[in-house]
Amino acid sequence: MAVQVAVPPARAGLALKADVWLTRGFIVAIILYLVVALALPLATLLQKSFEVYEFRPEKVALAFYRDGAWQDAGRLSEWVERRGYVLNDGLRASERSRERFVDIIPKRERRGVERFRVTDLSAGGGLLLLEGRLSEPGETFELSRREFSRLRLRPEARFGFDNYRYYFATPALRSSITNSLFIATLTTLIVIPIAFGYAYALTRSCMPMKGFFKLVALVPILVPSLLPGIGLVYLFGKQGVLTPLLFGYDIYGPIGIVMASAFFTFPHAFLIILTALSIADARLYEAALSLRASPARIFWTVTLPGARYGLISAAFVVFTLVITDFGVPKVVGGTYNVLALDIYKQVIGQQNFQIGAVVSVVLLFPAAVAFAVDRMASRRQVALLTARAVPLQPEPKRRFDLLMLGFCGLVAVYILGILIMCQLAALFTFWPYNLTFSLKNYDFDRMDGGGWASYWNSVEMASWTALIGTAIVFSGAYIVEKIRGLFAARQGFQLLAMMPMAVPGMVLGLSYIFFFNNPANPLSFLYGTMAILVISTIVHFYTVSHLTAVTALKQMDAEFEAVSESLKQPLWRMFTRVTVPVCLPAILDIAIYLFVNAMTTVSAVVFLYSTRTTLASVAVLNMDDAGDIAPAAAMGMMIFYTNVAARLIQTLLARAVLARTQAWRRR
Amino acid sequence: MSYLLLDGVTKRFGAFTAVDGVSLTIEEGEFVCFLGPSGCGKTTLLRTISGLEFPSQGRIVQAGRDVTRMPPRERDFGIVFQSYALFPNLTVRRNIAYGLENRGMSRSAIEARVDELLELVGLQEHAHKYPAQLSGGQQQRVALARALAPSPGLLLLDEPLSALDAKVRLYLRREIRDLQRRLGVTTIMVTHDQEEALSVADRILVMKDGRIEQIGTPIEIYQNPATPFVADFVGTMNFLKGRVEAPGICRLDGLTLRCRTASFHQGDPVVLAIRPEDVVLRDLERAPENRFQARVLHADFLGPYVRVEVGEGELGGVRLLVDCPINLVRERELREGTALTFALPAERIRLYRDGAG
Repeated sequence: MAVQVAVPPARAGLALKADVWLTRGFIVAIILYLVVALALPLATLLQKSFEVYEFRPEKVALAFYRDGAWQDAGRLSEWVERRGYVLNDGLRASERSRERFVDIIPKRERRGVERFRVTDLSAGGGLLLLEGRLSEPGETFELSRREFSRLRLRPEARFGFDNYRYYFATPALRSSITNSLFIATLTTLIVIPIAFGYAYALTRSCMPMKGFFKLVALVPILVPSLLPGIGLVYLFGKQGVLTPLLFGYDIYGPIGIVMASAFFTFPHAFLIILTALSIADARLYEAALSLRASPARIFWTVTLPGARYGLISAAFVVFTLVITDFGVPKVVGGTYNVLALDIYKQVIGQQNFQIGAVVSVVLLFPAAVAFAVDRMASRRQVALLTARAVPLQPEPKRRFDLLMLGFCGLVAVYILGILIMCQLAALFTFWPYNLTFSLKNYDFDRMDGGGWASYWNSVEMASWTALIGTAIVFSGAYIVEKIRGLFAARQGFQLLAMMPMAVPGMVLGLSYIFFFNNPANPLSFLYGTMAILVISTIVHFYTVSHLTAVTALKQMDAEFEAVSESLKQPLWRMFTRVTVPVCLPAILDIAIYLFVNAMTTVSAVVFLYSTRTTLASVAVLNMDDAGDIAPAAAMGMMIFYTNVAARLIQTLLARAVLARTQAWRRR
Repeated sequence: MSYLLLDGVTKRFGAFTAVDGVSLTIEEGEFVCFLGPSGCGKTTLLRTISGLEFPSQGRIVQAGRDVTRMPPRERDFGIVFQSYALFPNLTVRRNIAYGLENRGMSRSAIEARVDELLELVGLQEHAHKYPAQLSGGQQQRVALARALAPSPGLLLLDEPLSALDAKVRLYLRREIRDLQRRLGVTTIMVTHDQEEALSVADRILVMKDGRIEQIGTPIEIYQNPATPFVADFVGTMNFLKGRVEAPGICRLDGLTLRCRTASFHQGDPVVLAIRPEDVVLRDLERAPENRFQARVLHADFLGPYVRVEVGEGELGGVRLLVDCPINLVRERELREGTALTFALPAERIRLYRDGAG
């Protein structure tokens, strides 16, 4: 057969050349994004932790002009000593600490002085601050009385290990390390067996209502971690319905923290273990049975080893979540100090940014180790997954199934109980004293925390995060996975993409303060805007989204791009015509993951919101802090319902889109 | 003027040299197979020709253009991968049309061209199906049609048949061959299946460890393998170690064999090679030289013939594989233990320098 239709040559001109520059430009942009939004802030944080601030009144010389002549007034340190003045109220000086000269030198001593000369004798200068101007080394300010009243003393900055020395020498701070490790370990030990039992019931029994139980298990993901704390306060607090069950122990403290942490970490552990258990190979069980192994022996030799990487992974995920969470200890921690809360207290409470930075560095260690172990474990679990296995079909066993049903029922009651308690507290006028129905707790505009505006800010922030984040994450993963060449850039990007998982939200937030709230930084205009909230939230949840995208992309044929290129088509056509449609389910998963987490997150954004960008989750925190616990519960439930709605929309959207674009999946 | 010229093409990955100084010319319309065991560098060589990899050294000239450093999209070729890489969310029709876009062709011209190709590969009635709804062989043909749609000057096939069943493979390789003949498109196919290479190629390039072992027509490769490696990789070969005793005579393990020792000197250590099917079993009176009687030690039934291993008797410790046609086996009632007389024709024995591989 002769070829009749002539095919003109491809237009290998601008469009294709642009393609190369487009990919290069994009990878540079995305690396830049992660460097600016992650690496640089963290580096600044590390640097800040070594910055030591100290008042040096002995390096300030004074002279008074009185009665027509200059008199030497000695060093400022002599005035401090003479009056027994306590600099910075006895607190450790930090970069924002200031002292007014007129507070140190009493009024009567200044009587009759017409002019003041103040000299900065330090080598580095900057000890004196007059209306935004800093002194040079050796510079003398000559001041009128009015100017002198505005003169401030700044602490001298240098680099050293003093902050760390101070941290480890202060028992109140140091004890947080053991406290954090204790509650994280205890929660892990409690949650993992329960999550395993729950996942075991769903995969290995024939109990009824499995779909319902699976939904219930995932509920805690949809609420901020503050909410279980609030629920526990209502159930077990001073006026709690169930307080007698604690036998006189106080819910405020380690008990409350562990109970609430178990609530919010449960779904994470459950999902990992569920995956591990559902890849079980029925042939192994048949082999064990044919070798006449007892059920107990099969459990210990087949079931557990098969899920061991899942269990390890789940354990470290729970550990990391608890040790980095600050919402729960904030609400039910009482006087029990933990690392994540210390960062908040040091920064928000005492304005001591340097010690906040030190705690952050300390907190980075366990989080980074747990992250590394989890990555190793989950990589092996994936290797098990790819083996060609015959899925296991459980057989009905009446007693076992009932036992499992009872167990899952208990867990479900705990989860739903806390949630329902919060909803009830929000709907009654004043639980437990005035049980008339009212909506006054929803009148957020009359409370602290930013009112209904916070809620809409949160929805806006979560929408932007889902939209922009999904685009960035998926395109980034595509370039890492599918582009030839640019090897070094791709390696660097891969490393950066994995980092956020090891960085606790509090640490990220604090590092943003250091990095962006610095007038010398050209990006400082972002501080206090909606943009910085979106930027930080995308980075905070980058790793999991990135891994989801990479997994989806790995399942695509490695040669698609080569074929497309050989057919002279630009990369974007391949990307939009094939890659995105095929990966649509994964893309929707990423979007909803980012949305839900943006709605519930507190840790990073608590340092970054401004009066115009208050958030619902932070409002929960602030209302609870102000004693408006019922409105806090109400707002928490609003977040819950919003996330449920988002999930429903996602499910419907996915179904509609899939029906249209994924016809090829049907054989 | 040759269509494709490779001049000293070398490709290194770090310290590993995947392709080592390959020089080759391919004429327009030729069908060339790259043959070799896995890891010999044949796929890397193909990817270098396509521009998916750039050579570390050397030059590639296609149709008079130096394409050495050109990205794939600026070259002129179509490619079919082992996995076919069909876009799963596009129908057969849209898959084939994919490469016709962006060329300023009208919609109706594209549709006409797609119809042409559908007819060419005989998939007209499957045009609106998705790849997952097709059999492996059909998918392979879609991939072929998609690669051919823009009328490329060069067709590259990377193990295109290895994912298919034996029967389909046999059928499709003939179809590919016919299609190539009809369109006259210069074609390079990578394969590790020697039978496939022998049956479709105009010329075969046998590779080992990144180097060319031999280039030649299928008959040359089979009958005159340049090295023991080629001899062993293509078809089956008996190898016997020995020494040149005198011109035309070799000794091994107490046997004396007549053979052509043209380029060797007395005392040279050599490897003698003869194919099992070249051993003469009938009309032995006409082949007086190299006649031996030995015992059948093993017999493998392979359908049209039986491959027997002979030894002992006049062979002593030497073992030889001999292919016996099934009718001869019946005639002589051959089985393990029976005696067999045979001859090794001197012109069928090839000599290689010992230690060459």
